[in-house]
Amino acid sequence: MSSKTRFPIDFFSYALKGGAQYYAWLAFLGVFVLLWAVGNYYQLTEGMIITGLTDQTSWGMYLSNFVFLVGVAAAAVVVVFPAYFYKQEDLHKVAVLGEMVAIAAVVMCMLFVFAHMGRPDRLWHIIPVIGIYNWPHSMLTWDVMVLTGYLILNLVCGGYYLYMKYAGKPLNKSFYMPMILIACVWALSIHTVTAFLISTMPSRPMWFHSVMPIKFITTAFAAGPALIILCFLTVRKHTKMDIPDSVFHKISHFITYFLGMALFLIFSEVVIELYPSTEHSFGLQYLMFGMAGLDKLVPWFWTAIVLMVVSFGLLLSPLRKNFKVLPWICVMLFVGIWIDKGMGLLLPGFSPSPIGELSEYTPTMLELFVVIGNYAIGFIVLTLLMKGAVGVVLGDVKYDQSK
Amino acid sequence: MSKPTKPKCEERKSAGTTRRDFLKKAGTAGAAAGAASVLGSAALMANTDNPDAQTTWAEWFQGNYRLMTDEEKKEATARLEKRYSAQYGKDVTVDDTPAMDGVLFGYALNIQKCIGCRRCVKACVKENNQSRTNTEIEWIRVVRMEKGQFSAGDMDKGYPPEEGHEYGVQVGGNAYKPAGVVLEGKHYYEPEENKVPEKDAFYFPIACMQCEKPPCVKVCPVRTTYREPDGIIVIDYNWCIGCRMCIGACPYWARRFNWGEPNLPAEDMNPKTHYLGNRPRMKGVAEKCTFCIQRSRHGRYTACVEVCPVGARKFGNLLDPESEVRKILDRKRVFRLKAELNTYPKFFYFID
Repeated sequence: MSSKTRFPIDFFSYALKGGAQYYAWLAFLGVFVLLWAVGNYYQLTEGMIITGLTDQTSWGMYLSNFVFLVGVAAAAVVVVFPAYFYKQEDLHKVAVLGEMVAIAAVVMCMLFVFAHMGRPDRLWHIIPVIGIYNWPHSMLTWDVMVLTGYLILNLVCGGYYLYMKYAGKPLNKSFYMPMILIACVWALSIHTVTAFLISTMPSRPMWFHSVMPIKFITTAFAAGPALIILCFLTVRKHTKMDIPDSVFHKISHFITYFLGMALFLIFSEVVIELYPSTEHSFGLQYLMFGMAGLDKLVPWFWTAIVLMVVSFGLLLSPLRKNFKVLPWICVMLFVGIWIDKGMGLLLPGFSPSPIGELSEYTPTMLELFVVIGNYAIGFIVLTLLMKGAVGVVLGDVKYDQSK
Repeated sequence: MSKPTKPKCEERKSAGTTRRDFLKKAGTAGAAAGAASVLGSAALMANTDNPDAQTTWAEWFQGNYRLMTDEEKKEATARLEKRYSAQYGKDVTVDDTPAMDGVLFGYALNIQKCIGCRRCVKACVKENNQSRTNTEIEWIRVVRMEKGQFSAGDMDKGYPPEEGHEYGVQVGGNAYKPAGVVLEGKHYYEPEENKVPEKDAFYFPIACMQCEKPPCVKVCPVRTTYREPDGIIVIDYNWCIGCRMCIGACPYWARRFNWGEPNLPAEDMNPKTHYLGNRPRMKGVAEKCTFCIQRSRHGRYTACVEVCPVGARKFGNLLDPESEVRKILDRKRVFRLKAELNTYPKFFYFID
């Protein structure tokens, strides 16, 4: 059998082998996939009515998790770009793992978009040629385009790198390097376009400002690498792969910069909105302090702020280099930015509504099943890809001509 | 969905075989027919008399209404007529009348006259076959605004009121009293019969503004919502993918979503429908006011205009200098809602 056909077989048969702990992890995720199936069954038969969404708040947990994960996907750049363009040798080996994180994140993004659609059975309507693709007018079509492109780029870059390693051939730099460069620039585009998607609506004053794209990118480049650090720590602990300390120090260094910028942008937004306190700021006021007795989002907002500020403080301190503390910093800022994207950004955009109506949205249990299930599927994909990729990088998965 | 229907002995020319032939074949195949009815409409598509199953299958492949040929439009509406007639037990017509030449529909509403009775809301629901319960859909929203309540006692008070906190902040004690502002989501109301207008309130009805530069059309990824030549923004409910971009983009909160299967009791169903207007919708699609396209394209007033007890609502052709709306635009004090957004609504507000 040729190396091309053997590669996926060897890759996934390695990825599916592991110790009891490995299977326990996959089984744990599998439980949530069952809940996902339950949630999806009801949503596909009964319609979106099983969610907590209303005409007032018509985008909820699905879209906010989508927005968050687009950022996580984009963040692979933080590992890939310095590895190749600043010739950081220690990052070379792990760059491909960053791409695996990106692939899993884009898969989750697509699952969330699918969950958000009222008529997923009509998905073909948006496929160019057979359907109608309202490009360039509709920002959503731009988002579909950049996300699909990003998935393909990462599959190509990551797949090519792993395959060459697997087959024992040298990389063709004149093909690989331009692809890496395109993927890096493209990564910026996915979060930029997603920010454009929601910030180009004057009907929603809270989102209607031009700081949105850069704020998205800074928060993304903090949350995504945080997840990457957690993945790398897991890989280092559970596999033979040795990831040097310098890799973690470099990535956490980037995180510090981006988180600092993100906090600065949040601060600027608060000042600029609250100082004149026009109608434009009502969404933010509702988020920060509550309005007319509706204050469900208030604790979320302040929790996110505390998590981000505290993790920023820790990142500035020498504790950043302490491997007992670093994972907790990453978890804190990951959760903080997750809250900031969902409860902090998407939901208050809907309250008050364009005609001044305040409303509150609470996701239903079935909706949460779908959300958690989407994450579980994404993490299964992530686990398998990481496991296989580590195998290839370590040389455990190699093309054997005798087979 | 695919309830087993009683076999009819009519010929089915389109399928090239008779119903009886089919039943014979199906009979020899034993449980095949039963299994198919369990499996759903798709399996039976060519050989079923169930209009619902046939329509569902054909609709799945049908293109966007805007791009259909006249023949395809006829087929699509005929399919729907058959399905709706069976579903609601009455003769339902699905109109496909196109826009007339030289017509641009416009609307004018006299806010001075509106008494907030919400009869327009009810008439609209009845005319346009909106879902009645769970979720209840209304295309018109009458916003209730409170009159100002300034009191002389608050003249010298300031904010913040505590002593020692006077930073020169200049917010008067009357600043947070309602004065024609809609705050805090309190504008929704259900007036009691003959109790309107309420003492300290005035009213501001809102529906789709039929913008000339509609943000909803711009953001739609599949162009299921678009502007017709007579200026009405319509939705092909069969092409909508339910992404709700339009609902997010509309600055007038004019669009509603069918979160579940709409609940439209057969006895309340208005059988005179238009493909782009008041035909029954399905779950997972957006909908909104269409200036009663099923009426206006036949030269009739919209349901809300007809029902308004005080004559606050005016409707007509903006291209006709003799029409009532044009005369209002020429002679009254007119404004458009959120004009600063450059959406150019064809829905105008005026006072005498």
